Amino acid sequence: MRSLFRFNGGIHPASNKAQSSHKPIAQAVLPSKLVIPLHQHVGNSARPVAEIGQRVLKGQIIGAPEGHVSSAVHAPTSGVIATIDMQLVAHPSGIPDLCITLIPDGDDEWIARKPCADWKALSHTDLRHRLRAAGVVGLGGAVFPSDMKLYAHKHKIKTLVLNGAECEPYITCDDLLMRERAAEILQGAEIMRALLYAEEVLIGIEDNKPEAIAAMSRAVLDGRHERMEVIAVPTIYPGGGAKQLIRVLTGIEVAAGVRSTNLGVQCFNVGTAYSTWRAIRHGEALISRIVTVTGHVGQPQNFETLLGTPVNELIAQAGQLPDTRGYIMGGPMMGIRLPSAQVGVIKATNCLIAMSDSLFPPVPPALPCIRCTRCVDVCPAELQPQELYWFAQAKNLLKAQEYHLFDCIECGACSYVCPSNIPLVEYYRFAKSEIWAQETSKKAADAARERYEYRELRIEREKQEKAEKLAAKEKAALDAKAQLARQPAIAPVKVEADPEDTMQLKIQAAIDQAKQQAAASIKPKNTDNLTSRQQAEIAEIEARRARIRELALSSTDEHTDGQGDK
Amino acid sequence: MLSALLIMALIAIALGAVLGFAAIKFHVEGNPLVEKIDAVLPQTQCGQCGYPGCKPYATAIAEGVADINLCPPGGEEGIHKLADLLGVDFKPFGGDTAPKPKAVAFIDENNCIGCTLCIQACPVDAIVGAAKQMHTIIAAECTGCELCVAPCPVDCIDMVEIEENISNWKWKYPVYSLRPAA
Repeated sequence: MRSLFRFNGGIHPASNKAQSSHKPIAQAVLPSKLVIPLHQHVGNSARPVAEIGQRVLKGQIIGAPEGHVSSAVHAPTSGVIATIDMQLVAHPSGIPDLCITLIPDGDDEWIARKPCADWKALSHTDLRHRLRAAGVVGLGGAVFPSDMKLYAHKHKIKTLVLNGAECEPYITCDDLLMRERAAEILQGAEIMRALLYAEEVLIGIEDNKPEAIAAMSRAVLDGRHERMEVIAVPTIYPGGGAKQLIRVLTGIEVAAGVRSTNLGVQCFNVGTAYSTWRAIRHGEALISRIVTVTGHVGQPQNFETLLGTPVNELIAQAGQLPDTRGYIMGGPMMGIRLPSAQVGVIKATNCLIAMSDSLFPPVPPALPCIRCTRCVDVCPAELQPQELYWFAQAKNLLKAQEYHLFDCIECGACSYVCPSNIPLVEYYRFAKSEIWAQETSKKAADAARERYEYRELRIEREKQEKAEKLAAKEKAALDAKAQLARQPAIAPVKVEADPEDTMQLKIQAAIDQAKQQAAASIKPKNTDNLTSRQQAEIAEIEARRARIRELALSSTDEHTDGQGDK
Repeated sequence: MLSALLIMALIAIALGAVLGFAAIKFHVEGNPLVEKIDAVLPQTQCGQCGYPGCKPYATAIAEGVADINLCPPGGEEGIHKLADLLGVDFKPFGGDTAPKPKAVAFIDENNCIGCTLCIQACPVDAIVGAAKQMHTIIAAECTGCELCVAPCPVDCIDMVEIEENISNWKWKYPVYSLRPAA
């Protein structure tokens, strides 16, 4: 018997899992349309690679991964692309995002798949490429591209933790997956173990799921999996948080700002392991997932649902009831309110809860914080939620960060126990996104400063270069004049040792010649038939000009002589 | 008596030497406060404060010539930060300009005649183009300073507000009612 560890705090909310866990996974019927967002994962949005009106096959790529952190999006069934436009998506903001709408043709025709009977023959790079192309992301809720998490140096990762804890109330999709498809989950775990060079695999399942524990244990024995252990962990919320589960199973405490991989542990959801197996063994892209439909519905159940299935069509299959007040995606603790029932199911949709006033009574008005510190007692991240609340509501973001706001996993245990009904997590989310936004604008400002300073530098440099060029030119001209003045005008130009000087003299000579020619050719045009008085006037002006020219010449000669002597 | 005086004198000389050395070794070029203020400013280089850039404005603040409430792109938040940094009280916006929503410049490429005037005006080199060639804005580098708008002889540059989308969306400040006192 393995000795387990404890994490701080935790709560015991009513589990509400029995409603949906007593029925097997059902195949959801083909919906009338599929609304597939191109941003279903952490990282960059996928780039649409299908055209409107194009017929696509099941599993065909319709959104290509863009950039380093991204994932592919596929057609969940065969059909015709109706639109590629902005539509409401399952996001708390209620802001539309780019979606591809697919009208299924009912044939459900697969694209040619690339199955692989012996994945061990494939290189690790190849395996990761296949996962990226198949759009496999973490299905526990974080939807981080899995291929990126499956990269490790040899002997760095010791333990692979498979997360089957499923600690949030109402959700049973992982429970049912483990009961029905245990063998395939474990096969996927083997691929992950190979990619990470991990020694052991620990599968943590909360002890309120005895059927899943039994099924997984049997599968470990049947599949002859070495160094793989199914461990029942105590049922306590949020025991399914990655850091919390790692703590319980291995005793390792993942400190602030440290990644678990640096401590030799990597954690994956059981659903991700299953999708990894389907992607590698059968060449199937991630086009469907298991969704728990529960809450205020006629027959709560788990459905194998195509991604993009409109929520209302899925709810209808579980029996829509009147007085439904809205839908939660995820669990009641950490889930988000959907902005509309028309949005499509995405890779992160593990559960849909229909809300009614009886199941989710309106939250009573909040009272001021009395600093009872019940939130401190339950915080699994060992934070001071009452202080964080204080700083967040005062928008004192620096102080909130000092109190390790970013270690908050937003589990909602603090809000759950708060006797004043303060929506604490909402404050933390607000403060976090505010800090992120500031960080982004700070980065932009720094980049702008750098560009501005470089531009100033460049302009200054160009100015200087120009000035230098000009100075050199002027100096050359003066030198040439000095040379000319020093030599008697009739003396033949001697060939000097310095070719540049000769050059200058030649140029000067050419200029002089051109000037003389010009002077010779210029003849006043209106000097015919002049009166004697005009003639006299002209002669006077010419004499004055000649005098000025003489004066100017003598003064420059003095000047250049002086320069030349220096 | 003499030895005591000598020792004291020696200590004084030694300490003086150390201080003198430190003054040379750790000499700080320029005013470090200017750098700190400059780091808080949004670096749009827009000149809306009345100074020809962020650094000159920072210098003016450091010298006590300019007020802290003249930077519209920094917003109220910027004033708060400057007030914190300088240990003075927050002041509401002064000057002729009010904060505006963030925007980036957009060149109507059909009308652009390729005069390069906007390229010369852009303080962060965020416009690409050449003489008699169409110009365009690198939106990611544009600080929204609006300095390119005025020089354009054909009025083909507009400021486009940055709309809220999924990636720049922020969680709102929670609004809920407190229980009214009985």
